[in-house]
Formats: sequence, structure tokens, C-alpha cells
Amino acid sequence: MNADQQASEMTTLRVVVLAGGLSHERDVSVRSGRRIAEALRGEGLEVLELDMDAALVPTLRTERPDAVFPVLHGAAGEDGAIRDLLDLLDLPYVGSAPAESRLTYDKPLAKAALRRAGIETPGSVVLPHAAFRELGAAEVLRAVEEKLNLPVVVKPAKGGSALGVSIVRDAAELPGAMVACFSYGDTALIEQYVAGTEVAISVIDIGEGPVALPPVEIVPDGAFYDYTARYTAGLTEFFTPARLAAETITAVTEAALTAHRVLGLQGLSRTDVIVQPHAGVKYLETNVAPGMTETSLLPQALEAAGLDLGATCAALVRQAISTARGVAGQ
Amino acid sequence: MTTESHGNRLDPHLARYAQRTHSMTASEIRSLFAVASRPEVVSLAGGMPNIAALSMDVVSRSVTEMLAKRGQVALQYGSGNGDPRLREQICDIVALQGITTHPDDVVVTVGSQMALDLVTRIFCDPGDVIVAEAPSYVGALGVFRAYQVGVEHVAMDEHGLEPTALRERLETLAAQGRTPKFVYTIPTFHNPAGLSQPQQRRAEILQICQSAGVLVIEDDPYGLLGFEGSIPEAIRAHDSDGVIYLGSFSKTFAAGLRVGWAVAPHGVREKLTLAAEAAVLCPPAYSQLTISTYLETQPWMDQVKTFREVYRERRDAALESLAQFMPAGTTWTRPDGGFYVWVTLPDGIDATSMLPRAVTARVAYVPGTAFYIDGQGRQNLRISYCFPTPDAIREGVRRLGGVLEEELELLNTFGTTAGPAGSAPTDQAAAPGPQTL
Repeated sequence: MNADQQASEMTTLRVVVLAGGLSHERDVSVRSGRRIAEALRGEGLEVLELDMDAALVPTLRTERPDAVFPVLHGAAGEDGAIRDLLDLLDLPYVGSAPAESRLTYDKPLAKAALRRAGIETPGSVVLPHAAFRELGAAEVLRAVEEKLNLPVVVKPAKGGSALGVSIVRDAAELPGAMVACFSYGDTALIEQYVAGTEVAISVIDIGEGPVALPPVEIVPDGAFYDYTARYTAGLTEFFTPARLAAETITAVTEAALTAHRVLGLQGLSRTDVIVQPHAGVKYLETNVAPGMTETSLLPQALEAAGLDLGATCAALVRQAISTARGVAGQ
Repeated sequence: MTTESHGNRLDPHLARYAQRTHSMTASEIRSLFAVASRPEVVSLAGGMPNIAALSMDVVSRSVTEMLAKRGQVALQYGSGNGDPRLREQICDIVALQGITTHPDDVVVTVGSQMALDLVTRIFCDPGDVIVAEAPSYVGALGVFRAYQVGVEHVAMDEHGLEPTALRERLETLAAQGRTPKFVYTIPTFHNPAGLSQPQQRRAEILQICQSAGVLVIEDDPYGLLGFEGSIPEAIRAHDSDGVIYLGSFSKTFAAGLRVGWAVAPHGVREKLTLAAEAAVLCPPAYSQLTISTYLETQPWMDQVKTFREVYRERRDAALESLAQFMPAGTTWTRPDGGFYVWVTLPDGIDATSMLPRAVTARVAYVPGTAFYIDGQGRQNLRISYCFPTPDAIREGVRRLGGVLEEELELLNTFGTTAGPAGSAPTDQAAAPGPQTL
């Protein structure tokens, strides 16, 4: 522990947990935020819970917390905007910088970055609503079917919690899936469906380099890990660590660490992959603000690793303060 | 780090839940209502009474006087069927709608929602069937679902529940050897349809039910909130044995006090009281005595008139802006009272799939599917004009018009605006929370 950290320990750290916002994932964010706030209070930190609204900037200016823990899901929280704002206010925050958040939040860009780094990811096309309107949906969808072959997964290019996501097994369902997707965003990522084991790997960096937590295997009762399966305890069975061969555990862990490194992330991230029998690991996406609810994956991984949520979050806060001081001192 | 591999469903009580609990799940639609509560969003979803029109000084005086005179009673347990004086006052109120009854036949409940729950509890076994309008009150459907009661929807026309369709449905059920436990209807300023049954229609519905030997549950929270001055006569006014009447102070005074009532035949009211005692021992004495004092000491009917004007102004704003901003092919009801306009969207537009786009545009409504037990209503939505200011209503409807234009463009592009097959929300999870009832 250096002198700065020791000085921090002498006074109670004051942290703003930022949750809520106006994204479609507000409800999830509020629940994640409450959990983080309680965990930090349990570690003796002074916590102020704030929503993202017109009062936020004046409150941050007045309160001048030692750090901010953004637990905002969806746009603004994950697209870099709130982190840009915190930079403007010279406030340290937990997690990744604006540009890296923006890159990661854009699933097609993140996939491309990982592909360049040698990580396999399902074949896909990215199409804005305008493309269908201008070129004709029938022709574009026919080209999609020819290129990717069904089944495919249709999802918003930006977003989380599986909102607007559909698995399409029949061409007749494709238009409806596109509509559901465009209800949540203007650009669709249409990805080849990969059958296999769904695994989430969380990565934590509290100053000693990124460390992957035990992979969590996700086995939903229904067709896929949709919103209901994510946030209703009991509808999904989790295995932590995942029931995978040792070399596969290593492979998924390496994929998550590579994603964290290639995307330039800090603090915490969660990478989702599919493990195909005999065909390796396929990268799906990475989250810079992973869910922290009672049914979320990162807290399960922490528990399996024998780590306490509060202690880990407090360490992330201290690391964010330390990093900010290091940057300021350069 | 542990290396033990075991499945975890994150809820150790999973095996203990009752069968009926399994449909209580998280839902995408319900989560969107979390955004609707933010001030940036014009919520045309919430059916919340406009309490701003109620003088807090008046309420404060009533509470102060009540505590001074009857504080010892107000803070104590009371009787299971409610405060005797309040029951007398309820008799005076329902008399405005032509109902003659005795205080002994009034059971005070925790909002009329509890009355609905008690009625269903004492009459219905799992698998029983009841008949309700299509669409019907989302909170009632929630109760029926919770008691595992089948709901047979009967169509409405511009005058509410359609008698011919009702008669045919009862005959069809009878032919199947099924007798519905009751017909549930909201005859006045219907939620969500905004329609009222004319007197002749009410008589016809009552006659059909009497002939078939079927009980009527008349849910009437909005009866005093008509914009045209006259107060409709209740169905219960014409049959004290075959109709159970449910009323509420939530819309005429304060929803937060949670006081409603049932007027029931004496045998039924005994059962209701016993069921109420099992559920809550007694309705809250504090709330009951506050209301009783308010009714006794304040010109409460003037307050009702104030509420009518508040809601009429908002109704007008909603109807004017709908006419201005809705695309061709959209139709809507024109309520003469109550809180709601029922909107039918152009062919092919799906209100449920459209909701995320609406929330992005900072406007919220309740999709029509919430008001049916079986996934109908995708082409409908309910607009509540009761709570926002008239300007906010206009802005909300303007935003909704923009969302619909985008949706029509999607329809034009893809030939559909419905999500993937099978995604129609038909379970409890798709219903909005208490502030959107």
C-alpha cells in the first residue's frame, strides 16, 4: 500500500453510486446500484446514490465525492457519455474510459476488434433500419439468409439484458425479429446462431492486472437466456465454474482476458462466449457495466472465487482513485 | 478459488412455491414502466388520481379533528366489516346511484381491489370460470389469474358489454356444462375502454344474468366522476340479491388511504367479512375514520365536482391532441367520465412491440394486451389522462404520434410490426404495476 492509499484509509471514502438513468434497462440498473451501494456501505464507505438526471451535475459539483461507481446499464451508462462527463468534472470513477466503453458497447465494433486479435466470433452482418427501408426488406433479408443460413440471432447493435433479441429458426420469423430489434435501436446485428454452452467470464482488475473469475455456465430453462430468464430467480441454472474441460476453461478465460486487454478496459468487465463441442470458443460480446443484481453473473463469479462483493467493489473504488491520482501526477 | 461444480438456481425456495406462483416472472414490458416514472417521460400509463386537486389543508384539518375526537379508536383494531359510521355514510353515497342498502350489508375493504379479491376468494375454486368484458380491468384479471380462474371474455360495442354476445357466451358455456361463477363488469366509465353502458343496456345485461342464474359483480370506482353532470344509476339499484357492488374512495378522495367497499346480499357479506378477517383482521381504522370525518365535516361533493372539472379538462386535451397527432386509421373512444381513452391503432401496428420505441421517445402507455387474459389487444393501447397536466398530455400524444409514424414506416418496410411469434405477453408478468392500474 502506498502513501496515497494509506492516507485514503485514514478517512472515510465518499462514493457516489450512479444508477437508474433513462435507458430501457433502468430497472436492472436501479437494482444493481442498490446492491453495490449496500456492499460499499458494508465496507465502511460513505455512499450517496444518485440517478442520472438534471440534478446530477450540480450534485456532483457540490458533493465532490472521492469516486463515482457507475452502475448504469444501456446507453449513456455504457456508451461512454457518463464517463466523459465524469472526466470533465475531474472525478475518478470505477471502470473503463469513455472511448473504450464506446467501442465495447458497439457490439459489431467489439467483434471486429476481437476478430483482429485472433478470437473467433460468429459470422454476422450489421444493418441499419434505413438499409431495409431504402433497399427493400425482402431482398435484404434474402441476402442475409443466403449469407448466414438460419438459424440466426437478431439483436440490437447496442444494448443489453437481451432486450430486442430473438433467435430466428424460420425465415418467416425474420421480419418480426427485425421489428422487435428496431424497437430498441436503429441498427441490427444479425449473427449466425451458434449452438453450444453459454458461458460468462468476469474480469476484475484492482491494480495488479486483469484477473479472470471462474466462468459461469448459463443453462436457461427456456429457449434462450432472455430478459425473463435473466431476472427471475429459478428460471436459469448456473454452474460456477462452468462444467468444461480444463483446457476449455483456460480457453474461455483467455478469451475474456484478451477481450479486456484488446478493448482497453479497466476495473471490471464481463465477456460472454459460446463454447461449441469440438469447435472452440466463439466470442459474443463484452459488458463494461456488468449487472450486479441478485441474479447477475459477476456476483456469482465473485462468490465462486471466494471473494466478497463489498470488498471487491471497495478495492475497485480505491483503484480508481489511485489511477486518477497517477494520471494527475504525470 | 473453489473448484466444486454445482447448479445454482439462485432461489432456495423454488421447490416450495405454489403452482400458481410460477407465472410470476420478470418481464421486459413491466421493466419499461420503471422508466415511465421519470419526470422526463410523459406517462400516459398511470391511472393515478390527480391528488394535486385535493386541498392538503382540508385533509390536514380532517386528520387533526379525527385524532382529537376519535384517536383512540383510529389507532386500534376495528371490526372486520368496517367502521359502523363509515358504513352508514357509504350507504348515503351509493344512494346517489340509486342503491338502497343497509349499513350491515356494506363491507369496508382495503381499496375495492381487496373487495374483488375477497369476492373471487369466496366464490371461485381453481378451474372455475367467470365472464368479463373484453378488454377488462388489469387488476381484476390479476386477481382471477391468482385464483386460477378461467376468464371468458365477451366483446364490447360503443355502449359497453354487448348483450347478444353475453347471452351467446352464457349459452355456449351452459351447453358445455359450465356455469360461470359471475359476470364481472365495469358499467360506468370503463377501465380501460372509457365507455359507459346506457340504462337500457344495464337492464338488458341484468336480465340476461338473472335468466341464466349468474351473479353480477359491478365494479364502479368512477361512477361519480361523470363530466355531464348526471350520475348513472347502478345495476345494483335494480337487484339487491343478484348483484355485488364494489366502490372506492380512491378516485373521489384519496387513493393512498386504501379504502373501498362491497355492498352485498347478507349471506355473501357474512362470508366476505370472515374472508376479510382472515386476510387483514380489519380494514385500517385510521384511514376509515379519516374518511368518515372528512365526509362529515367537509363539502366532499364539491371536491368531487372539482375532480370532475380537472379530469374533464384533461380528457379534452387528450381528445384534441389525439385528433391532431394520430395518423389515419387510428380510432379512439370518447369518455364522458373517468380516466381513460382506449385507442385502436392502424391495422398491423402492434402496441406491445412499439412500447420500447415510445419509451425512447419519452412517452409511456399501457399496451392493450394487459387488459386481456389471452393475448388479445395487440392493436390497442390505453391512454390515461387523469394525472399529467393538459400541456403534458398534448406533448405526450404528440410524441406518441411521432412514434406511430415510425412504426408505420416499419410496417411499410417489413409488412409487420409484431415481434416474433409467441412473444405476446399473456401472463401476470406482462401486467403493469400498481401505479399503472
